[in-house]
Amino acid sequence: MIEFKKVRKVYPNGTVGLDNINLTIHPGEFVIIVGLSGAGKSTLLRSINRLHEISEGEILIDGKSITAAKGAGLRRMRRDIGMIFQNFNLVKRVSVLRNVLSGRVGYHSTLRTLLGLWPKKDVEIALEALSRVNIREKAYARADELSGGQQQRVSIARALAQEAKIILADEPVASLDPLTTRQVMDDLKRINQELGITTIVNLHFLDLAREYGTRIIGLRAGKLVFDGPVEEATDDVFSEIYGRKIKKDELLGDVEEA
Amino acid sequence: MSQTQQAAAPKKMGRMIKTALWLIFFAALYIWSFTGLEVEWKKIMESLKIVNKMLAGIFTPEWGFIWEDEGVLDNMLVTLEIALLGTTIAAILAVPFGFLAANNMSKRYPILPFVEARFPVISWIGKRILNVIRTMPELIVAIIFIVGVGPTAFAGVLAIGLHSIGLIGKLYSEAIENMDEGPMEAITACGGSRLQVLWFAVVPQVLPEFFSFALYKFEINVRAASILGMVGAGGIGTPLLFALKGHDWHRVGAILLVVIIVVFLIDMLSGAIRKRLV
Amino acid sequence: MAAETKQIKTPSKLRFTIIFLVMAVLYVFSWRGVEADIGSLIEGWPYIRDLITGMWPPNWKYFERILDPMLETLRIAIIATTFGAILSIPFTLLASRNVFPNTWVTNSARSFLNFVRTIPDLLLAGIFVALLGIGPVAGVAAMTVFTFGIITKLAYESVETIDPGPLESMTAVGANKWQFIAFAVVPQALPAFVAYVLYAFEICVRAAAILGLVGAGGIGIMLSETLETFQYQKMATIVLFTLVIVIVIDSISSRIREKLL
Ligand SMILES: Nc1ncnc2c1ncn2[C@@H]1O[C@H](COP(=O)(O)OP(=O)(O)OP(=O)(O)O)[C@@H](O)[C@H]1O
Ligand SMILES: [Mg+2]
Repeated sequence: MIEFKKVRKVYPNGTVGLDNINLTIHPGEFVIIVGLSGAGKSTLLRSINRLHEISEGEILIDGKSITAAKGAGLRRMRRDIGMIFQNFNLVKRVSVLRNVLSGRVGYHSTLRTLLGLWPKKDVEIALEALSRVNIREKAYARADELSGGQQQRVSIARALAQEAKIILADEPVASLDPLTTRQVMDDLKRINQELGITTIVNLHFLDLAREYGTRIIGLRAGKLVFDGPVEEATDDVFSEIYGRKIKKDELLGDVEEA
Repeated sequence: MSQTQQAAAPKKMGRMIKTALWLIFFAALYIWSFTGLEVEWKKIMESLKIVNKMLAGIFTPEWGFIWEDEGVLDNMLVTLEIALLGTTIAAILAVPFGFLAANNMSKRYPILPFVEARFPVISWIGKRILNVIRTMPELIVAIIFIVGVGPTAFAGVLAIGLHSIGLIGKLYSEAIENMDEGPMEAITACGGSRLQVLWFAVVPQVLPEFFSFALYKFEINVRAASILGMVGAGGIGTPLLFALKGHDWHRVGAILLVVIIVVFLIDMLSGAIRKRLV
Repeated sequence: MAAETKQIKTPSKLRFTIIFLVMAVLYVFSWRGVEADIGSLIEGWPYIRDLITGMWPPNWKYFERILDPMLETLRIAIIATTFGAILSIPFTLLASRNVFPNTWVTNSARSFLNFVRTIPDLLLAGIFVALLGIGPVAGVAAMTVFTFGIITKLAYESVETIDPGPLESMTAVGANKWQFIAFAVVPQALPAFVAYVLYAFEICVRAAAILGLVGAGGIGIMLSETLETFQYQKMATIVLFTLVIVIVIDSISSRIREKLL
């Protein structure tokens, strides 16, 4: 469970990133955050695992405050939160397996991981994670030999190998073509359903949001302007979140399933 | 129409004045340079008489000198060893300097009160240190080490090891500044410690480039090491200096031949490896 | 299918092991070859420390004596860079494939260049001192060859990356080689060329500062003089002065270079 309590974030230059956010996300939900560019979607997501610090308020994860956590405690909490980025953030020069294994750094002492003494079990977990996203055969390929969609699946595998309870995905499909977009979203959805991992995704495409989300959160200028199940997120609601009519290019359009 | 012409005229004038000023500057610079140089033509003419003898000597190298004990090859080997060890020492010592000098690896501090702008103080200091190291000529560094350990090849190793930190550290820091910072964020988000972030996100990205820069500096250092002997720091430079002073052109020819071939081969080999690295 | 199963096997570490072993042997061999002796460094450390502490405070009065040799160093660098730059122009063009499509021409120009660049700067200086006698002229000659090598290498590489459009249009209008060079190559390549000349000048000043060690003029002569007579405070003045000059020239020149490129 993730709880935002009166969270406010002001950037050093005075921009208000988040404005009095109160929010509770329950285990197993598939939440999609929408909003205009600059609305604060990334800020919200990144404050959950404290890649960004918040200025006021508190964020609790399963009842424990990540805002107050420090050092090893903070790393321990981050271990349970996987993150997927728009541009994958893989180390391109090393193998896929090494990238996935790096998701497990939080489980072992620094020394042990630096020496590369991964337990056999970890390698199995990593390979298992790769199987789950259907790219096990690429385990020993260099990450930059993979296509964009495959690379994003590697980063999903990294979050899986991490055995995270929560997955945060910041525009995971923004640099992918429509077809791969669906494959990656399907992977995320399947993982959410099969493993019960709470998933929070920032998205730009409204039809994708409706299709995959169970709950939609709308942000506008750092404020929470909509929060409800996907059925309630009508076109009118979206127009309100965006402050104008929805344009065609905010829809991904129909693509046949691969 | 007339307006644009009016505007163009002063602009053209300005450019002409600027060109004229540059011309005067260069004219003055060259007059100063040439007239100031003390050239004793008579002495030069005197010396030039040996040019025939010299060329004849250089092109008929003393072959025996190449293979003999303590000859050209033995000394050239020492030169290569100096370059290898010196570069390696520098390549290792330059790592902390590279990280110190990279402006994305340390915090930025506000230096002025009430001003938003932050400044990477640590990186700035690191860059200055590297600059000073680079500016100290390695021959002078060699001479200083000779005072400590005597006129040996080891002094040459130490000199190259210290001096090369400057350039290698600078290149390292640029590699670190140019790397993709995304993976660092990813490892942090996985719950990695600072060291783990360094090891899993930074090192794999920069290591091949570090190797490549060290190799590049090795190429340069083979040249540098072959003249260290001129101040007594071991290698081929010492017999070269003796041969030059004694006007023993056959020996100069033998040394030149070996230096050129070895440097050429090292450049080729190292260049081929570097191409595969990055 | 076969390729897939092959890929999933862990890659062999054999190559890595071989490289590691070869390097280890090389290092052991080199360590012995140079008779490296950490003990001698520890023993000799007091002497080095004395030298460095003995340099302080620098002998400021000595500054007057070294001003002239320092100016001589600068003169050597200026003249040599100019000569080197002039010499490099024809060779740059000859070595550029987009100016001379004939590979025979470019290859021989490049081979000559590679040959010139293999000769270390002080070795050149030593030869020219033997040839021209002790004095700044030997320094000018050596530094000319040295800067020629640097400038030509950088310049032809940049000439090869210029926009081919103007080259083609000059060929299309039937220009001869001279017109081709004057109207299509020079305008495009000039800023970079000037930048490389400045860069070579920076390197040349550093190199010229030590030329005197082998008798080729400039401040280096005073350097070996003070060192041989253990006048460390004077030596400190020389070293500091050289550092200041080099840093000032570097920063001015690199600022201009940034504007040019
Ligand atoms: N490091 C920063 N410093 C100052 N302001 C920032 C910083 N990062 C983001 N902001 C500002 O905070 C606001 C929210 O940014 P955020 O990145 O969360 O938006 P977003 O909804 O993710 O947008 P996008 O869809 O373009 O990714 C924006 O106005 C942005 O300009
Ligand atoms: Mg964003």
